[in-house]
Amino acid sequence: MTRFIARRLVGMIAVLFAVSVIVFVVFMVLPKQNPAQTLAGKNATPLLVKNIEAEWGFDDSLPQQYLTMMKKVFTGELIQYEPRIPVDDRIIEGIPATFSLAIGAALIWLFFGLLLGYLSAIRAGGWLDRILTGVSIAGISIPVFFLGPVLIYFFSNKFEIFPNGQYVPFSEDPAEWLKHLILPWFTLAVLSIGFYSRVLRSNMLDVMNEDYVRTARAKGLSERQVMTRHVLRNSLIPIITLFGLDFGATIAGTAIITEAIFSIDGVGNYAAEAVQKFELPPIMGVALYGAFFVVLINTIVDIVYAYLDPRVRLGESASE
Amino acid sequence: MSQAPLLSVRDLRVGFATEEGVVQAVDGVSFDLRPGEVLAIVGESGSGKSVTAQTLIGLTRANNARIEGSVQLDGAELTEASDAEMRRLRGERIAMVFQDPMTSFNPVYRIGAQIVEAIRAHRPDTSKQQGKARVVELFEAVGIPKAAQRVDDYPHEFSGGMRQRAMIAMALALEPEVLIADEPTTALDVTIQAQILDLLEQLNREHNLATILITHDLGVVAEVADRVLVMYAGKVVEQGTLDEIFYDPQHPYTWGLLGSLTRIDRPRPHRLPQIAGQPPSLLDLPDGCPFRPRCPHEFGKCSEYPGLDARLAEAPEHRDRCWLTPEEKREKRMVEGQIGLEAPR
Repeated sequence: MTRFIARRLVGMIAVLFAVSVIVFVVFMVLPKQNPAQTLAGKNATPLLVKNIEAEWGFDDSLPQQYLTMMKKVFTGELIQYEPRIPVDDRIIEGIPATFSLAIGAALIWLFFGLLLGYLSAIRAGGWLDRILTGVSIAGISIPVFFLGPVLIYFFSNKFEIFPNGQYVPFSEDPAEWLKHLILPWFTLAVLSIGFYSRVLRSNMLDVMNEDYVRTARAKGLSERQVMTRHVLRNSLIPIITLFGLDFGATIAGTAIITEAIFSIDGVGNYAAEAVQKFELPPIMGVALYGAFFVVLINTIVDIVYAYLDPRVRLGESASE
Repeated sequence: MSQAPLLSVRDLRVGFATEEGVVQAVDGVSFDLRPGEVLAIVGESGSGKSVTAQTLIGLTRANNARIEGSVQLDGAELTEASDAEMRRLRGERIAMVFQDPMTSFNPVYRIGAQIVEAIRAHRPDTSKQQGKARVVELFEAVGIPKAAQRVDDYPHEFSGGMRQRAMIAMALALEPEVLIADEPTTALDVTIQAQILDLLEQLNREHNLATILITHDLGVVAEVADRVLVMYAGKVVEQGTLDEIFYDPQHPYTWGLLGSLTRIDRPRPHRLPQIAGQPPSLLDLPDGCPFRPRCPHEFGKCSEYPGLDARLAEAPEHRDRCWLTPEEKREKRMVEGQIGLEAPR
């Protein structure tokens, strides 16, 4: 198992390296325009462009340019030039809001998605299953940019149950933090609730036909034990992979729309802003930040997966 | 053998409602099983043998299933027992071993833990340690080497034969009275098959287990069975003792099964005989004898459905569903000097 984890960590570093090279190529090498001009922003003075050219060493060889860029990324010298703010400061500032949003939404969609999927599966074909199927499909079909404003309209404008967006740090006031996040959480979670309940339902229906489920019944387990210990347990394994991908994607970008709707000052909002103004350093920074978390979360998922499914571990040792 | 039967099945019928109509998977099966006895149920895929077995422990209960007839265990009626009663009985009094040991254990749990789970389902006050100690004992009894270490292995770390031994160990964990083995050797190598059969036979003797062995392999039947039930299209077409079925088979379907065996005590046939055609669809059975379309000896009377009757004066327990007279049968079943089926015209 230790070896398995070590191997995954090495793989993670390799992927991050590849991503950084791609970012470098896409932003620095491919554009025909002078990259210094792009980095400086739309209204840059010629002097600033010249300074940036010198600072980033655009006369050096490409590998040298790559190293310069990576050095900037790691030492916090990747800065946006108008106004002059280090990119990592802005990202770190945005992380609590983005993570509060993403983690909360993820817990909600996991809980409700799995609950609805489980109920649907054990009542497959019955009226409860049909109702839940309708609810799930509706959830999958409602886009975030529609659901968000609708929730704001009803719950904060009309009935004033929840505040209209904004983010209050947890450290300042936990109760307000929670109140402000409930609408964004549900907005972000609804699609995944529908999706996860569909996936779990179909996984469970597949697993119910497995021989080992028949064995579990034949040895005299109660129906509830058969369902939870054997059917649900094995159906969750593919869900873990899905969750890793979705959660990574939420942190790295899916949250952007929700952050924009509820004016939450997170990383997503920062990225949206940067894209609108076409500021290259923040875009690069957010791309690397996103890649880091997607890769990190998937590495964790791989390790959890190996823990949940012993056959994955075997595959590793057998190939040695 | 004059003991009262432990398990008594009378006119068991199992039908499943499907979109195309009712599939009568089991149609009037009756037999008695005494302690220590091995009953073999033989037939092709789809003959209803597995459904029969699974119905005995209530695994075929479903909204679309219709179960009729009677199954009595020690005088208690099982077809009318509640689901909870059936659950208590499964594993505890009637245990089952399945065909494919590769897929019959849950891949994500350790084998020992899965057997402990079976024990604790019926004896909730057994601790995990006690359960594990019992599993080690069982592993030793079924011949799994290094039992103490192997209880902590995952199913994929066991070979097929070892997994089937573990499966048998699980079935024996609570000392059941009846063991149902559904094609226990089909998925195994021939050498391993022999070992598993020996093991089943030995356990059957030691524990006086009443055993139902479901198979399509008459070689297996010859080795372990006391009595044989031959099924075709959900119906019993012949039943009798092992010797009766092997030495004086009455039904042309049984001849076909026997004829398609390879035998080392006979000259090698030019080509191994086979039963021509396919088993009929259970949704669209022919009138009369269901074997009629595939039977080379079909005659006018076959359009009438034959009863499962004793047709031999000297063997009142040997019953079959074929209209031919015993004399005709003796004459017709010999093909190239051995029991078999000639190709249909």
